[in-house]
Parts: sequence; structure tokens; C-alpha cells
Amino acid sequence: MVENFLMIFQALPYLLRGSLVTIGLVGGALFLGFIMGIPMAVGQVYGNKLIANLIFFYVWFFRGLPVLVLLFLFYFGLFSLMGLNLPAFTSAILVLGLRSAAYQSQIFRGSIQSLGEGQMLAARSLGMSKIQAIWNIILPQALRISIPGWSNEYSIILKDSAVSYAIGVMELLTRANFISTRTYKPMPVFLTCALIFLLLTYGGVKVLNLLEKKVRIPGYAYGRREI
Amino acid sequence: MQKGIDKVVVLEVEDIHKKYRGQDILKGISFKVRKGETKVIIGPSGTGKSTLLRCINQLTIPDKGRIWLEGEEVIHTKKNINQFRQKMGMVFQDFNLFDHLTALGNVEIGLTRVKRMDKDEARQKAIEELKKVGLEEQANLYPAQLSGGQKQRVSIARALAMDPKVMLFDEPTSALDPELIGEVLEVIKNLAIQGMTMILVTHEMGFARSVANEIIFMEDGKILESGPPYQLFNNPKYERTKRFLKKITELYGE
Ligand SMILES: Nc1ncnc2c1ncn2[C@@H]1O[C@H](COP(=O)(O)OP(=O)(O)O)[C@@H](O)[C@H]1O
Ligand SMILES: [Mg+2]
Repeated sequence: MVENFLMIFQALPYLLRGSLVTIGLVGGALFLGFIMGIPMAVGQVYGNKLIANLIFFYVWFFRGLPVLVLLFLFYFGLFSLMGLNLPAFTSAILVLGLRSAAYQSQIFRGSIQSLGEGQMLAARSLGMSKIQAIWNIILPQALRISIPGWSNEYSIILKDSAVSYAIGVMELLTRANFISTRTYKPMPVFLTCALIFLLLTYGGVKVLNLLEKKVRIPGYAYGRREI
Repeated sequence: MQKGIDKVVVLEVEDIHKKYRGQDILKGISFKVRKGETKVIIGPSGTGKSTLLRCINQLTIPDKGRIWLEGEEVIHTKKNINQFRQKMGMVFQDFNLFDHLTALGNVEIGLTRVKRMDKDEARQKAIEELKKVGLEEQANLYPAQLSGGQKQRVSIARALAMDPKVMLFDEPTSALDPELIGEVLEVIKNLAIQGMTMILVTHEMGFARSVANEIIFMEDGKILESGPPYQLFNNPKYERTKRFLKKITELYGE
């Protein structure tokens, strides 16, 4: 027992550096998914048929494949085919991010469509252009509504990030596995690994809950039932 | 002509047609609105009154017909149309306040984002507009914290802040509880007295009678009859008009 603790204690800095890599993967992927997901959602709701169809196809593709298949397809196939010689870490961020964009776009699209046509009509009636209306009126409301869905996306990406083990990114799981094979003590090592994942999920969701409360519009129950 | 009405035509609508899914909704509507005039449009539900108002500020593009605002033709080109819409204030049946902004924010946003007014100036003006509708106390409340009547008054202030040449009201009191209708009508009446040019779709016949310079009775996508209130109420040309007025007065009261 004592030696297990000692071993974990010694391995902890190594594992924690892996957690930072995991956080980097998740942060990068969520960011990429966010900046792509928003214009995609807007394009799907307000764009012309061609744009909407292209986005529909993109979403269909990235949501239709297992994440590991996507990772291998891009890392071993498409990226080198495109002449890109990307490191594993960057590749993992790109693949997780491109995939997250598909999911996030649908979160934002749902929120935009839940707003009701009146908001856009009122904005246009003041003389706002479509872009101004989307930027000033639609997105500020849609983003607020999207936080719970986005929080879910965070916890999913966090867990999915572990697949980058398969291409050798030195994230949490890869390092845990490495220590486990060296020490022949899988149980305590993977327990620690699991615990760190749980803490990261808990912490991130907590932060997003706080954000949701902070930006909540006064007077709106936002899914909380008063009765 | 009635007293207080200038001769200048502010808005002219000529032969507006609109189809939805192959069905004719507007079948050639024409009229003129003079400066300071209050024109009231009445007619059965589904007759195209909302569609007509939306065609005027091009929230809906008419299939045919022309519109002039102060002599300038309203044409639906991207750049132009935003200029024209600023000059036509619109008030919706269900308010359509921007839910993420305070009352003040709702009134300000057109000034800062569309008119590009600087922040302080916009704030000053927005507060003035809220005062005019009696809501300066509520400036920092969000729509969800306001009553229906207050919401509609904010939306009127929001439209007025843009200094429109004409105001378009689409059944502004239809979504309100009866006890809240009065405060909104009061605001509209004051606008009429101050000489705002207005087109008002309403079922409030007593109110229409007291503020309208002319009442237009629309039926089935056309103007069946129009004239000053006393004429429509006392001596309508068509039996249809008489029946509609009788029915609506029974439903909504005077
Ligand atoms: N965006 C739309 N698409 C299809 N049909 C519509 C649309 N807007 C209105 N209509 C139809 O046009 C007719 C007139 O509607 P509307 O202008 O709202 O009438 P009113 O305001 O007089 O009650 C109705 O039959 C309605 O169903
Ligand atoms: Mg209507």
C-alpha cells in the first residue's frame, strides 16, 4: 500500500504534465470548434442553399465517423497527402477541433432557431444589416442559451482527447500507460488517471455553470422551472 | 382636409401585390399618407394587414408595386433598404424587444449601431425617449422584468429614437391584457397629437375613431372602402364594412 502511494507520488508530476497536454488538446479543439461552429451555424440558418448544404455535408461526415477513424484518416492519410507534416499534438487538436465544429455548429444552430423570427425582424426594422443583426442581437442571445450544450461538449471532448494516445501524443492516458507498463501496477496508475479526468470534467463544467449564471439575463428562468 | 394636416405626402404606396405559396395575399393596394396624418387600417384577420405593413418597410418584398418615402422611391437594394428602414419605425404585435438588453439598451442599440451615434449622446437620447413613454424609472430593467404594456412602450421608444418619418403599428395592443391597453393607446394618442405620421392596424374601434384621420377597411387583400371615421362608422358604402364594424365593436367594445 505504502509503496503504491510512493510510486504514484513520484509519478504524479509526470502525469500532471500529461494533464496539461490534455488541457491543451481540449482547449485547442474547443477553440477551433467554436470559431468554426459559429459561422457554420449562422450559415446553416441564414445562408443560401449551397452554403447550407455544404455545412450539412460537413456535419454529416464528422458526426458519422468514430473519432479514432477520423484521427487515423487525417494523421496517417489526409494530412500527409496534403503535404503537411504535422506533429501528433497539432494533428490531434485539428481532428478533435474539426469534429467538435460539427457538433458545436448544431448546438449554436439550435439556439439560434429557438430565438424566434421576431428578434431578426425587429433588428432589421431598425435598419440593421443582416450581419449587424446577427452580431448584435442574435448571437448574444444564442450563445447564452448554448452554454449548457457547450458544457456537455466540453466533457465529451475531454474524454475523446484520450484517443490521441493512439498516435502517441504525450497526454494523460499515454503517460499513465507508460508508467503502468514500467511499474507493473496498472490499478493505482489508471485510478489516478481516472481521478484526474474526473476532476477536469468537474472543474470545467463548474466553471461553465458559473459563466452561465453570470451572463444569465435577469428575469429569465432559462430552463429552471419556477413552478 | 382635416385640421392640422399638412398637404405634404410622406408615404405613398402604389399597387402593392404579394403572393404567398401561389396564393394572392395583397391584390393591389394603393394609398397616400400625408404629414401628421394617422391612418388606421382595419379588416378581418388574415386579410393581409401585417403583410402590407411589412411590404412598406420591405421586411417582406412585395411582388409588384412601388413605395415612396418623402418622394424617394424605396428600392430593395442592400445598402438602400437599411437607410429607408431607419426612417420607418415599426411596432410589432408581440413587441419583439431584444431580450438580452435592458429597456435602455433596447432604445440605444439602433442609435449606436445603426446611426453610429457616440455612446453618451445615444444614452442621453435613449433616456429622453423612455421619458416620453413614461418609463425612465424602468430604464435598467430587462424585458422579462416588464409588464406587457411596458414592453410595448419600450418598443415604441425604440422605434421613435431613430427619428422616423412614419411609424407603422401592427396591432400594438392585441397581445395585451385589457387593463394594459390604455397605457399604450395613451402613448400613441400623444404621438398623434404631436403630429407624428402614422399607420396603425388595430381592432380598437373607439380609439380608431378618435385618432384616425382616415380609416381604411381592408378585406381579402384589397381596400374595400376608406374615409374619415364618421363616414365609415355612420354611413359606410358597403354592407360588408357595416357588418365588420358591428362585429368588431361587439367583440372589442368601443
Ligand atoms: N411568411 C408567410 N408565409 C406564408 N404565408 C404567410 C406569411 N405571412 C402571412 N402569410 C399568409 O398571408 C395571409 C395574410 O396574413 P397577415 O398579413 O398576417 O394578415 P392580417 O395581419 O390581416 O391578419 C394569411 O393567410 C397568412 O397565412
Ligand atoms: Mg396581422
